[in-house]
Amino acid sequence: MPYDYKPFPYEAPPGLKHPEPRHRVVIVGAGPIGLAMALDLAGQGVASVLVDDNNVVSVGSRAICWSKRSLEILDRIGVGEQAVDMGVTWKVGRTYHRDEEVYSFDLLPEDGHKMPAFINLQQYHIEEMLVRRALEEPLVDLRFKNRVTAVEQTGDHVYVSIETPDGTYALNAEYLVACDGAKSPIRSMMGLDFEGELFEERFLIADIEMTAEMPAERWFWFEPTFHPGQSALLHKQPDNIYRIDLQLGWDADPDEERKPEKVIPRIRKVVGHDDFRLDWVSIYSFQCRRLAKFVHGRVIFAGDSAHVVSPFGARGGNGGLQDVDALGWRLAAVVEGRAAPAILDEYDRERVHGADENILNSSRTTRFMTPADGAERQFRDAVLSLAGKTGFARALVNGGRLSKPCVYPLPGAPDHPDLPEVSRPGAVAPDAPLGNGWLTEALGGRPVLLALGCAAPQIDGLEVLAPELTETLARRYLGAARQALYLVRPDQVVAGRWVEADAGAIAAALGAIWGGRA
Amino acid sequence: MTLKTDLNIADPDTLYAALLAAHKGLSAEGSAALNAELILLLMNHVGDAEVIRAALDLARQGKV
Repeated sequence: MPYDYKPFPYEAPPGLKHPEPRHRVVIVGAGPIGLAMALDLAGQGVASVLVDDNNVVSVGSRAICWSKRSLEILDRIGVGEQAVDMGVTWKVGRTYHRDEEVYSFDLLPEDGHKMPAFINLQQYHIEEMLVRRALEEPLVDLRFKNRVTAVEQTGDHVYVSIETPDGTYALNAEYLVACDGAKSPIRSMMGLDFEGELFEERFLIADIEMTAEMPAERWFWFEPTFHPGQSALLHKQPDNIYRIDLQLGWDADPDEERKPEKVIPRIRKVVGHDDFRLDWVSIYSFQCRRLAKFVHGRVIFAGDSAHVVSPFGARGGNGGLQDVDALGWRLAAVVEGRAAPAILDEYDRERVHGADENILNSSRTTRFMTPADGAERQFRDAVLSLAGKTGFARALVNGGRLSKPCVYPLPGAPDHPDLPEVSRPGAVAPDAPLGNGWLTEALGGRPVLLALGCAAPQIDGLEVLAPELTETLARRYLGAARQALYLVRPDQVVAGRWVEADAGAIAAALGAIWGGRA
Repeated sequence: MTLKTDLNIADPDTLYAALLAAHKGLSAEGSAALNAELILLLMNHVGDAEVIRAALDLARQGKV
């Protein structure tokens, strides 16, 4: 059934009548990233004002593939289980050349994780869940139909001018987080530009409603007979909605191509019948670009306002949620005076690294899908041709390398060679069953010392988690060792690990979390 | 491993002739496609990133 785009209520903000006190954080943009940002800060006990120029969720499915890591982050802010219940869980992707399957992957071949590898769920559903959660959260002041018209920053605050249906007012805050999307007005107001690559390619994206018994898998085609010479992608979403992406070529006329009389015959060829209803159509081209820096004094960029990628790899929405993950606890510590503002440079360093990884992967996929004439096309075609006759070439077929959590470089972080790679410093602590719940539920929000197979030294202000050692915990955290201590950051990233450690070494690593690198 | 640049083939003339024979009767486009597949096959067989990068550097010399 089609989604009902109900407007959220607008209320005249207090600032129209009298000046508001200085806020801690203003967040601009109530898309998934802005909403998650506000809720993550609320989880840290920090109040924020979240403004959006609109009052409905985004139109069309847009970001649909939510990764395991994103689901863990959403779980921390209270909507993870709801998202999994509503979404279509999948982990297998199949890639076809012409009409032959040439490559397939299974993203989560092992169990013992609370969250699945991926779910497909329309962005509007995620946004609605987050809005409902934000509206019941007293620390989030969500204001619809509040459009930022100017931003200025001084040494100790940010000054924001806002336009509403009832007039204009001003907000002061210690920090502003710009989550206002790929066309970020805040970015323009500050005269900042993206750096990177623009791909000259156009894609048709369509949501269709149909009743079909299709498996919950990602299907990608190179040069299918139903869409000769181009690529195509199909995803199953909830509510009998299917998402289809069709490569059109740079010469395609966007105004012409979005007309239903043009779209419907194309879709008919993909699904092989007429029994569907067109729900949403968009024509897009894309860029793989980012801001040189995400932190500009008291204005911080997160999500698409900071970096954009091609959609093939599910790295836009998932990358944005990882920004939230890396920023929330740090910004909370800064505004509460528990850490110096320099800690925000660590957000910049880690997420620039993450964005570069996403841009690299997404650019490679794009280059494979839309090769330049000459050698690029020759090698691409050679890979597709060889994929039908050799195993190695199947691994080179690149229809999207799907979002995985970033492993941050943490030079100097304590480590031990006997411990397994999967839980190394910089990686997200891998999940495991824990009693009746999950390890990810017990970690996060604050630093935790995980003690496995040994007692933990006492350290002021550091909570200890010493679960009973299970086979899964041993495999993911001990490897060849018999015991280990793991220091886990508020964003569930491993900050350091030891087979044996004294309190001093652990306290030093804990200090490094709050003070930038040691 | 380092890239071998001294002769490493027992009967070079015969193998060179085989390379030419493989291209016989192909259009320029077909030859380019054959070369691309051949490079990918051999690249995978060699497998050693250092050797392949050295070969790429050497082949690129004088072309730009």
